[in-house]
Amino acid sequence: MLVSGNPDGAGFGVYVHWPFCASKCPYCDFNSHVRVGGTDQARFLAAFRREIRHTRERTGARRVQSIFFGGGTPSLMAPATVAGILDEIARNWHVEPGAEITLEANPSSVEAGRFHDYRSAGVNRVSLGVQALNDPDLKALGRLHTVAEAKAALEVARTTFERYTFDLIYARPRQGVGQWCVELREALSLAGDHLSLYQLTIEPDTPFEALHRSGKLAVPDPELADELFAVTQAMTADAGLPAYEISNHARPGAASRHNMLYWHYGEYAGIGPGAHGRLLVDGRRRATSTVRSPEQWLVQVEGDGHGAVEDVGLSRAEQADEMLLMGLRLDEGLDLARLAAIGGVQPGVDTVQRLIELEMLDYLPELHRIRATARGRFVLNKLVEELSAGFEAVAS
Amino acid sequence: MTDISLIRNFSIIAHIDHGKSTLSDRLIQLCGNVALRDMQEQILDSMDIEKERGITIKAQTVRLDYKYKDGKTYQLNLMDTPGHVDFAYEVSRSLAACEGAILVVDASQGVEAQTLANVYQALDNNLEILPVLNKVDLPAADVDRVKQQIEDVIGLDASDAVGVSAKTGLNVPAVLEAIVERLPAPKGDRTKPLIAMLIDSWYDAYLGVVVLVRIREGVMKKGQKIKLMSTDANYQIERLGIFRPKQEMLAELGPGEVGFFTASIKQVADTRVGDTIIDEKNLNAVALPGFKPAQPVVFCGLFPVDAAEFEDLREAMGRLRLNDASFSFETESSAALGFGFRCGFLGLLHLEIITERLEREFNLDLITTAPSVIYHVHMNDGTMLEMHNPADMPDVVKIARIEEPWIKATILVPDDYLGSVLKLCQDRRGRQKELTYVGSRAMVVYELPLNEVVFDFYDRLKSISKGYASFDYAIIGYEEEQLVKLSMLVNNEAVDALSMIVHRTRAETRGRTMCEKLKDLIPPHLFQIPIQAAIGGKVIARETIKALRKDVLAKCYGGDISRKRKLLDKQKKGKKKMRQFGSVEIPQEAFIAALKMDEN
Repeated sequence: MLVSGNPDGAGFGVYVHWPFCASKCPYCDFNSHVRVGGTDQARFLAAFRREIRHTRERTGARRVQSIFFGGGTPSLMAPATVAGILDEIARNWHVEPGAEITLEANPSSVEAGRFHDYRSAGVNRVSLGVQALNDPDLKALGRLHTVAEAKAALEVARTTFERYTFDLIYARPRQGVGQWCVELREALSLAGDHLSLYQLTIEPDTPFEALHRSGKLAVPDPELADELFAVTQAMTADAGLPAYEISNHARPGAASRHNMLYWHYGEYAGIGPGAHGRLLVDGRRRATSTVRSPEQWLVQVEGDGHGAVEDVGLSRAEQADEMLLMGLRLDEGLDLARLAAIGGVQPGVDTVQRLIELEMLDYLPELHRIRATARGRFVLNKLVEELSAGFEAVAS
Repeated sequence: MTDISLIRNFSIIAHIDHGKSTLSDRLIQLCGNVALRDMQEQILDSMDIEKERGITIKAQTVRLDYKYKDGKTYQLNLMDTPGHVDFAYEVSRSLAACEGAILVVDASQGVEAQTLANVYQALDNNLEILPVLNKVDLPAADVDRVKQQIEDVIGLDASDAVGVSAKTGLNVPAVLEAIVERLPAPKGDRTKPLIAMLIDSWYDAYLGVVVLVRIREGVMKKGQKIKLMSTDANYQIERLGIFRPKQEMLAELGPGEVGFFTASIKQVADTRVGDTIIDEKNLNAVALPGFKPAQPVVFCGLFPVDAAEFEDLREAMGRLRLNDASFSFETESSAALGFGFRCGFLGLLHLEIITERLEREFNLDLITTAPSVIYHVHMNDGTMLEMHNPADMPDVVKIARIEEPWIKATILVPDDYLGSVLKLCQDRRGRQKELTYVGSRAMVVYELPLNEVVFDFYDRLKSISKGYASFDYAIIGYEEEQLVKLSMLVNNEAVDALSMIVHRTRAETRGRTMCEKLKDLIPPHLFQIPIQAAIGGKVIARETIKALRKDVLAKCYGGDISRKRKLLDKQKKGKKKMRQFGSVEIPQEAFIAALKMDEN
């Protein structure tokens, strides 16, 4: 079955990674770097263009449903850089009319000043890293903006782009249910059609991890985290923005198409330093990734035409695991027919039965899907482990 | 053939780390048997595990040619004896093959309990003992104090003890001279019919079973037809020779000599340490004294983590048994662990060595169940059951009484740690028999139930004495005790592999500790798990493992699915190492770790 002319039926998107930030947030383990002297954007643009052309040679013709500028902080890019990249993508693949083109942005006044030019370059959706709606917590999270600036940036976004969304981090140190409810209520009043709400995760090798390890940073215990999660589910649903994924909420039909590409296990090209991709080459799904260091990536692309450090074919079992990992995050659950077609497996009946009895999983017979319940979604790692361990081969 | 008056047979007695292997290496080097480039550190301890643990498991021997200052060349046969209490019988046979022994004592540490036990064995075998103080070059060495200690503790004249540094080679030639001068030559008559003692045997992939012998009387010749008395089996000698330490073939071995032979013997179990070997025509021969078949005293279940590896495990055990007749096994099936083997060992160290070799040399993942001893279960109908698996415990109403094995333990410990050691022995139901002082160290003799020792007594003793206490034991007999079977229930199901026999007075404490341990060792599941300890139908302790509340990646985009998949692979690998009991997964470490009882 083919959708939109692309193989595998799940669409095609392009992820572009801009690896620079004005400062590094202490909780973040993404591939982001601070360069005091600024960056040579023209040189980077040329390299992005070359890598796009190189990737086009691998994939062949595709219809692009989504482009996503992530980072780092893509709102540090000059609008001309964004325009140049979008231009190169459109030269190499067919960008569908109405494709979702998202750019992640910091909600500072400087960056909001560029929103209009991003819109002119073709960006139609912006995702703002608001993170908190009180100034002391913003400071503790290492953010450079204030609540007032964030609200102003949101207003610019709302009037400039077709769609906008923003992120909040909750389950923060010392955050109680009451305090979070107040903040979430305000967030819902500011939201458009989409909202991302992430519980703070202590990632390895971050300043927060060091603080956490030495006992100087306490995060809510699993019981409180679970309560915060539950109240978040209830309030967003009441406000008409139910969760469609563990941490993502949208009005019906307004889910982020780009992220859905990942969760539907679609095809996407990763462009830029430390970007990951899943490409279908000669009918085989491949995992790709590029050099993480921006400067080394630049040198490699200028020499070889691409920044790839990894480009490996995935076995059916690996694809099955990846589909499961991604698909079960969604409220709509995992399409078992697609799992069988791509991964060659189905979840074991005993495992499914047991997880249903534990009220961790639902089976939707008419859709032939499984989905994690709200409880199950909060222990998803365990659920995925059990289902993957219980996979049975299906005759193909 | 060497004149019998020029032969010296000796072994080296030493505590672990006191330098036995290093001294052996130096003696071999001095006699020029090994070219320097062939010199591998510690030539005699050849198995990897022996090297790592610094102990000898199999007896080894080497013949040295030593040119003494009288111009004559002496034949020195150095027997390297196993250095652990588990192998006490093997030690006694090695010693019985010698006329003398070198007692190596660390000049700073002094005499240890285990050394003591071996010295007494040597004295029992009428060996001449030559004291050597090692590591005299170290700053902590206190030669006079240690000499005094040897005299006080062992009752041995240490005035002309040789002080050496085996590591640097300092004064080692004096040891060789003393061997010739002070150790007696063997006795024997080459015209008499052959009588030899079987010292040890092992399986060699090329030669088959190799038998190490000491000739007492007569001559052993290539092609000779011989008989092993305990098994009444006849063989023909195919190869005969000595180790230097490389093999060297000979046509015959005369009285007083030590060497090896091969004779198409299929497995090591056919050759028993201490057995008497005679010419098959010698119908009137009398067996040498001291022979004793190997007797396992500690038992445990060994199960493959992956049930599909059962046959691999069987094959691996068969191959280990080729080389180690003292290790026994039979098939066992456990409701919890599936098919595996019930194995018998000479002691805890032996158990550890075997399981380590199975895992390392045969690449198997094993679950080890609680070690157990042999209980004598006397039934109401007058019969007696030898029970070494708690799962075999008969219905209590049919049992008249249960007896368990007791040991006599000798512990040497510096004064500072005496209190903790006494408390440990007391906690393990010990009865103090003796408490004497040897310089600043106490010698404690306790009677203890073996059951209390097999779990982790030695580990505890080492840890509470910061490694300074040394320990030796011998089984003294069986006594009736109030023993009960403690069952562990996980999620309301009894896990047979976790059940154990305990003394009634200790059942509650142990049950409570087990519950707490299992609570820590079993990871949270998607549901709540009750853990209970029970005697019969009565629950005596319980804990609850709370259900998992949060285990999710909050943020999962940016397209790096590989990292998440690798995490999942790791999770699944961990899961494979778990054992499924109903719907609960128990990690394999739980089986052994739960039994290591910390006592505060």
